[in-house]
Amino acid sequence: MSNLPIPKLEEKATRLRRQVLQMIHQAGSGHLGGSLSSLDILVALFFGGVIRYNCQDHNDPRRDRFILSNGHVCPAYYAVLAECGLFDKEELDSLRDLGSPLQGHPSKTFLPLLDSSSGSLGQGLGVAVGRALSAAIKGEHHNIYCLTSDGEHDEGSTWEAILTASHYRLGNLINIIDRNGMQIGGETESVLALEPLAEKYKTFGWEVFIISGHDYSELLQTLCQAKDSHRTPSVIIAQTILGRGVSFMENKKRFHSGVLSEEEYRQAMKELGGS
Amino acid sequence: MVKLKSQRDAYGEALLALAQKDERVLVLSPDLGSSTRVEKLASKLGEDRFFNLGVAEQNAVSIAAGLALEGFVPFLSSFAVFIPGRAFDQIRVSVCQNRANVKLVGSHLGFSNAGDGASAQSIEDLALMRVLPEMVVLSPADADQARSAVFAAAKHQGPVYIRISRDKTAPVDQGEDFVIGRAEVLRLGKKATIIATGPIISRLLNWVTDLDVELINCATIKPLDEKTIISSAKKTGRVITIEEHSIIGGLGSAVAEALSTVYPVPVKRIGIPDCFGQSARKPEDLYQKYGLTKNKLKKEIMQFLEK
Repeated sequence: MSNLPIPKLEEKATRLRRQVLQMIHQAGSGHLGGSLSSLDILVALFFGGVIRYNCQDHNDPRRDRFILSNGHVCPAYYAVLAECGLFDKEELDSLRDLGSPLQGHPSKTFLPLLDSSSGSLGQGLGVAVGRALSAAIKGEHHNIYCLTSDGEHDEGSTWEAILTASHYRLGNLINIIDRNGMQIGGETESVLALEPLAEKYKTFGWEVFIISGHDYSELLQTLCQAKDSHRTPSVIIAQTILGRGVSFMENKKRFHSGVLSEEEYRQAMKELGGS
Repeated sequence: MVKLKSQRDAYGEALLALAQKDERVLVLSPDLGSSTRVEKLASKLGEDRFFNLGVAEQNAVSIAAGLALEGFVPFLSSFAVFIPGRAFDQIRVSVCQNRANVKLVGSHLGFSNAGDGASAQSIEDLALMRVLPEMVVLSPADADQARSAVFAAAKHQGPVYIRISRDKTAPVDQGEDFVIGRAEVLRLGKKATIIATGPIISRLLNWVTDLDVELINCATIKPLDEKTIISSAKKTGRVITIEEHSIIGGLGSAVAEALSTVYPVPVKRIGIPDCFGQSARKPEDLYQKYGLTKNKLKKEIMQFLEK
């Protein structure tokens, strides 16, 4: 993957935010809030020199794996994959269209290059544990990255996976939580309190990092640090803002999913430097 | 004297033989290794091939999917109420929507866990697995067929569910190795076709000796051998299905769906009525209570034939 300086990453992120807005607007539905809150994490991972992800040879078994557990934020992930050159950017316009490789929730049936189908919360981390266990059995040296939402930590199966990862000492597993504090029914702490989340992970035997999920220097430094933990799985609690980048969307539950009015769309694109 | 053998014993033996030949095979157990007869494989295969994943079936299925996506062939077994029962959505999304090469084995089918009662008696698993796209559903009739089903499942690329019993049951004479999608005519007859699945067939063979009925062992529930079923129905003109499973959603439903579409004939579905089981000291007490004994079955069959 490319290894861009921070100003270039920020520039790319702004462009991809516009892309995400355009995709969801065109599709007529989609999850704006989480797509925008997770975008900087994805940009840092894929363009900041963190993940070993060979676009020229996607079948290279030595490449790192990436599993988007909170599949509903896939517009951001699709935009990143297209930016990597894994498919034509024109495909992005087909999000949620009949027969499109870009299903509303990621589907390996329609887009075989994905490392897993997802969309039903609480399963991606378990699949990532399976892939990490495989690398441990085979003595392979790649890492397995998983992006999870804070909301899906309500799922018991997420905690089953957290238990298992430390039991098998999967130091090759890095879980990044998009901690935007909001789920579909409201604030995570009022729906089903997760805090103290870091302490919970520590007690479960994980190495824990807490950072801003929009600060590239923190993101890059921590993502690299997490790679070096040899016998302990790592979690990066990336504190983010739902709808990040568009003033009227930030931290507003309403923008978890749905679509913007024409007026809102124009205003949002303008804020992101678009025409 | 026929030698009785349980399908779970056969499963454990077959899996060991398979795993010793095929390095891709892994054994996963959500803490019921002893009950599903895979516990001994831990020492024989080593800690890189056997994993007790704890009482966490949902996660075990997702892990199995991850391992399969990396090229392994994981066999994941538990009581059928848990695998598949507990982990339906993980099977649906992580396994089937990934077309992951995972083999699921549900033991203690139907009433074979008599004592624990309804919570442990799986009467819905065929229905749950049959409805999933990509899933192959196997329901062997005896220990030998359970063994060959394990090898057939390993050869098939994609998700497979195998349903097995806890109890020692009599052998059903099987001609050859398990062929996925092929039902076998065990006995020829003219007045009706009995299509059955699972170890209940070993008993049926003795029960219907005085009736002029055709008996088919339908060991693959999906994909269903419509050709064999329809050709027999054309000959006899009426069909009875028998299974140790709910009469909703299992073999009976699969057969009725196929026949009603292609060649409608009267169909009688015999199985566990639409209710949960309960505790009993032995499975026979439950067969008695829910109508799966020789006398009750024959009565139902006779009534159907006279209609």
